[in-house]
Amino acid sequence: MHERVRATIWGAGMTALLGVLIVLGSRRLDHFDAALVGYTFATLFATFGIVYRYSMWLQRPPTRRYWVRGWQLFLNPRYLGNNLLQFLRRVGVMFALNAFIWRRGTMRGAAHWCLMWGCVIAAAITFPLVFGWVHFETVEGDLQSYRAYVFGFPTLAFPIHSWIAFAVFHGLVWASILVIIGVMLAMKRRMTDHGAAAVQQFAEDYLPLIALFAISATGLMLTASYTWMRGYAYDFLAILHAITVILTLLWLPFGKFFHIFQRPAQLGVSFYKDIGARLEQANCRRCGEPFASRMHVEDLIDVERELGYRYELEDREVQHYQWICPRCRRLLLSIAQANEWAGVRGGGPLLSDLPNAGISSSDRHQ
Amino acid sequence: MPVPENHEFFIDPGRCIGCQACVHACSECDTHRGHSMIHLDFVDRALTTQTVPVICMHCDSPTCAEVCPADAIKRSEDGVVQTARKPRCIACNNCVLACPFGVPKMKADFELMMKCDMCYDRTSVGKKPMCATVCPSGALYFGTRDQIESLRRAATPINQFRFGEQLIHTKVHMMVPKSRGREIVDVAAALFEAPVGQDMSLNILQ
Repeated sequence: MHERVRATIWGAGMTALLGVLIVLGSRRLDHFDAALVGYTFATLFATFGIVYRYSMWLQRPPTRRYWVRGWQLFLNPRYLGNNLLQFLRRVGVMFALNAFIWRRGTMRGAAHWCLMWGCVIAAAITFPLVFGWVHFETVEGDLQSYRAYVFGFPTLAFPIHSWIAFAVFHGLVWASILVIIGVMLAMKRRMTDHGAAAVQQFAEDYLPLIALFAISATGLMLTASYTWMRGYAYDFLAILHAITVILTLLWLPFGKFFHIFQRPAQLGVSFYKDIGARLEQANCRRCGEPFASRMHVEDLIDVERELGYRYELEDREVQHYQWICPRCRRLLLSIAQANEWAGVRGGGPLLSDLPNAGISSSDRHQ
Repeated sequence: MPVPENHEFFIDPGRCIGCQACVHACSECDTHRGHSMIHLDFVDRALTTQTVPVICMHCDSPTCAEVCPADAIKRSEDGVVQTARKPRCIACNNCVLACPFGVPKMKADFELMMKCDMCYDRTSVGKKPMCATVCPSGALYFGTRDQIESLRRAATPINQFRFGEQLIHTKVHMMVPKSRGREIVDVAAALFEAPVGQDMSLNILQ
């Protein structure tokens, strides 16, 4: 119950903060476009939902442990310099390039890269415009130039008929093209890959693609309408586009798109693993080989206890099954089975003629 | 489509002859094409030729899923613990370290944990998992309870495993002697036992 209250407070707090930023950034709503109010309220709802879910997620024992440890290790003055360098490198390689997704498959990498950058560009244009954080005005005394205002402050001015104006004012077109390419590639993979077909679900895997395609297609129709068709059906298309965007925003906290907010945890984990590798290692208490950082094993023991698992052992030297390496765990399963069969199918222990045939305690606990 | 209820997986590591057919067949599975999810380990090369193939045991309450900070591991309604969901897995290694059977594999270059999903592309349409179709010795068997009982008259399948104070129930069964009347295999107790190689390699003859 406390978890839900805490998540509700965080959700309401962040939603209120965004509301305040919208009022301030649009200069008391002076630059706020009332026609886009539906988008604003959908975004505020999505903000509440995302923060609520994120907060609930952070309160799960394993997530909380990694969150706290990740920040502790990242901000530790001893590692901070290197961490910052690694942070920049990883943001570039992991997030900007999606290197790890390309390695999983070229088609998958291309689809994700196009979808991600299409959505990033679209979000970077849409949200500031909707919130009134960015607007354009004609430059005084020069009707052929526009000036962009960010949070009400004047910035770059550019001629209306320049390539820069063409690129900026068609930003959402470029984003839509990227998204549609990504959707097509992803759809093809999902329709033809037997492995994907076995585990995919409509709501989890197809619906996000359909939503992104609907947003992009209706957005492009708007451009086509005012560019080549003298605004034919523009009002209808504007409402249709708004419906697709608003429904997707409302769904943002619930479905697959939540991974956008979850995924940066990968960065925290990478620092945890990096620094863990430089700290004391945990040696398997059966074979003696190092298999993980001691910090990781101890954290995991605590998490398992919080979750109600009881892998504690009576043996004082081993203490907990978590101190056994994964390979030894696999072997123990077969040794346990063999011990059940001992004497049933004939034969005897291989080392029966040797005294103390079992593995000695000192060998086991190196 | 779920895995048919009357079809179950039975493992009998003592029958393994180390031929690696399962390892190679596993990588043919469409859900993890090109990557084998089977672990085939020598128990102790100095003492015995015995090998052990390990597949996911598909626990009723999977520790790997519970300790996952990203909530990336899901158990489907038919009891199959699926491999990590690609958009969610953050490659933290918790599942690899927490699984009491030592099953999950970390693909560091993919930033992804991968594990046996009982060949879900096949079992969910009524086919056998790749490994069970090629295992020549019956160490990995997929079929009905009646079939396994008629094939292994001296054995009985059980699916409860003890690790210290923790009892784990699994979807996959392991074959143990019927005459012992056991309901639980105490895996952690094997920590203090030497491999009994002769018994293990003799199992194939039964």
